[in-house]
Amino acid sequence: MSEKTNSRSVLFNPLSKDNPVIVQILGICSALAVTAKLEPAIVMGLSVIAVLAFSCVIVSLIRNTIPTSIRIIVQLVVVAGLVVIVNQLLLAYAYDVSKQLSVFIGLIITNCILMGRLEAFAMGNKPWPAFLDGVGNGLGYTIILVIVAFFRELLGSGTLLGYQVIPQWCYDHGYSNNGLMILPPMALIVVACVIWVHRSRNKELQED
Amino acid sequence: MKSLRKLMDRIKPAFYGGKLSSFRSVYDGFDTFLFTPRDTAGARGVHVHDSMDSKRTMTIVILALMPCFIFGMYNTGYQHWLAAGETVFPFWDLLFYGFLCIIPMVITTYVVGLGIEFISAQLRHEEIQEGFLVTGIILPMILPVETPLWMVAVATAFAVIFAKEVFGGTGYNIVNVALAARAFLFFAYPAKMSGDEVFVASEPVFGFGPQIADGFTCATPLGQIASSASAHPVLTGIDGHAITAADAFWGFIPGSFGETSVACILIGAAILLFTRIASWRIMLSVAAGGLLMGWVANIFASPTYPGSFLDPVDQLMFGGFAFAAVFMATDPVTAARTNTGKYIYGFMIGVLAVLIRTYNTGYPEGAMLAVLLMNVFAPLIDWCVVQANIRRRMRRLVVAENSLDAKEDEIENLTTDKTDKK
Repeated sequence: MSEKTNSRSVLFNPLSKDNPVIVQILGICSALAVTAKLEPAIVMGLSVIAVLAFSCVIVSLIRNTIPTSIRIIVQLVVVAGLVVIVNQLLLAYAYDVSKQLSVFIGLIITNCILMGRLEAFAMGNKPWPAFLDGVGNGLGYTIILVIVAFFRELLGSGTLLGYQVIPQWCYDHGYSNNGLMILPPMALIVVACVIWVHRSRNKELQED
Repeated sequence: MKSLRKLMDRIKPAFYGGKLSSFRSVYDGFDTFLFTPRDTAGARGVHVHDSMDSKRTMTIVILALMPCFIFGMYNTGYQHWLAAGETVFPFWDLLFYGFLCIIPMVITTYVVGLGIEFISAQLRHEEIQEGFLVTGIILPMILPVETPLWMVAVATAFAVIFAKEVFGGTGYNIVNVALAARAFLFFAYPAKMSGDEVFVASEPVFGFGPQIADGFTCATPLGQIASSASAHPVLTGIDGHAITAADAFWGFIPGSFGETSVACILIGAAILLFTRIASWRIMLSVAAGGLLMGWVANIFASPTYPGSFLDPVDQLMFGGFAFAAVFMATDPVTAARTNTGKYIYGFMIGVLAVLIRTYNTGYPEGAMLAVLLMNVFAPLIDWCVVQANIRRRMRRLVVAENSLDAKEDEIENLTTDKTDKK
């Protein structure tokens, strides 16, 4: 089966039809936690893409030598190593953002998407498809994070990537930022709206 | 009335098969709102033939809200006149000022809320439900009078869509829609929903009413308590006179539009109880819960929590407690359904409302959050009550069966004895 895997569908399916966040409902915690602003959401997404892609490749390379009984531990060690590297890179080159993301970079280790992809795909496929699968799922995760963070930052702070978007004129005339958008419950509702729109466009995903 | 009926009959063909067929639900909605449907169940047979459908229920709830609404108009004017430093209070001017303040909000909620209801009814090919009639008038009554209209519109849209329509529309909402809208505003725009400037209208409306000097402040009694440093804060009205329990009972205090007057709320409660629309169990247990928690807080009063020095009866007088107990907690859709469940549900609302307002100084009023929280728990309470009932009856059944078995054995013994003798 692994020979027949179509690399195009491996890469692009997770973007919409098989999206890890809005179809499989994985990785919701971090989607709620880091999406109050757009910049940390993008950095978080990139970190997850990097960790996921490389851990998929590494696990796929050693998949035939991992004893089945300790495979989860081996996968965790691989992911943990990569997360430490990413964390150090962020501390060195993007200190402010890494401060904002605080513990959530470290928590990539426990992100369900990673364990899911490693177990379900990388353990049974060659490195190249595993790499594409990792990148695809990471991108699917990032897209949702960016959509959610876009609305939360725009409506909650009136800014995008830290730049003032809503003109001062509006504030002078009684507009004010929606404080609820900054709070975690609203992230849940925005994710729910994304799922709502997505399901209504993809009828085959609708459950009864 | 007759000419209205004639008009409705004349335009009917256009909606039934005519050009406007797609708006049939709108026509039906208005028709049944204006007139009792003629094709109700017949007077014979086993049907319930009562014209007390949900539209009539809603109308009576609105009627029960009217004393509070009219008093709210008067009080809005009264507080504004007080803040302006006036000494004469012309009754009709006060009333008219309050009317001008509130009507734009009422229109906003109805236009936005009914608009969304109509659209979703059309999309689902369903009849228009009338649940929003009450929500649309309750919402302005539980908001500070200074809330900007666009915020009211956003909150109404949010609450109708996310608290009601996504769950299936009227009768399926998991939390009270008006309270969901208020909670949305409370967390989204805290500066406009609490503090000491929003509860009294500060501007003349449409050029009507006296001008107020800049920089006046007026906190609600609960707001003053929450922010006071002393153990026994002196509550003051806008003009500096001390607020008494009688003021709070009659409602001459700053607060959200419709919830200040306990007297008017009691009139509403009497209407609701007389027509048996609201549950007396819930009202009673909310009051009991509030009194008990107020009493407990009073026993363990400490200067860290100034609210705990408040008399238990005063806890019921101030803020939105009475309004929540009568009009919010008793919402039949979101309250518990079982009778035992209603006692638990109401009691917990009372306890939580006082708990929150006393021990969390960030939230001067806890009634809203208490009702919303217990709305979420109502199905669980019902489930537990029903399960407990099933268990009890099962036990009874087993006992009955056992005793039956014993009797049967006895009879068997007797008969065998007889046959032996033979």
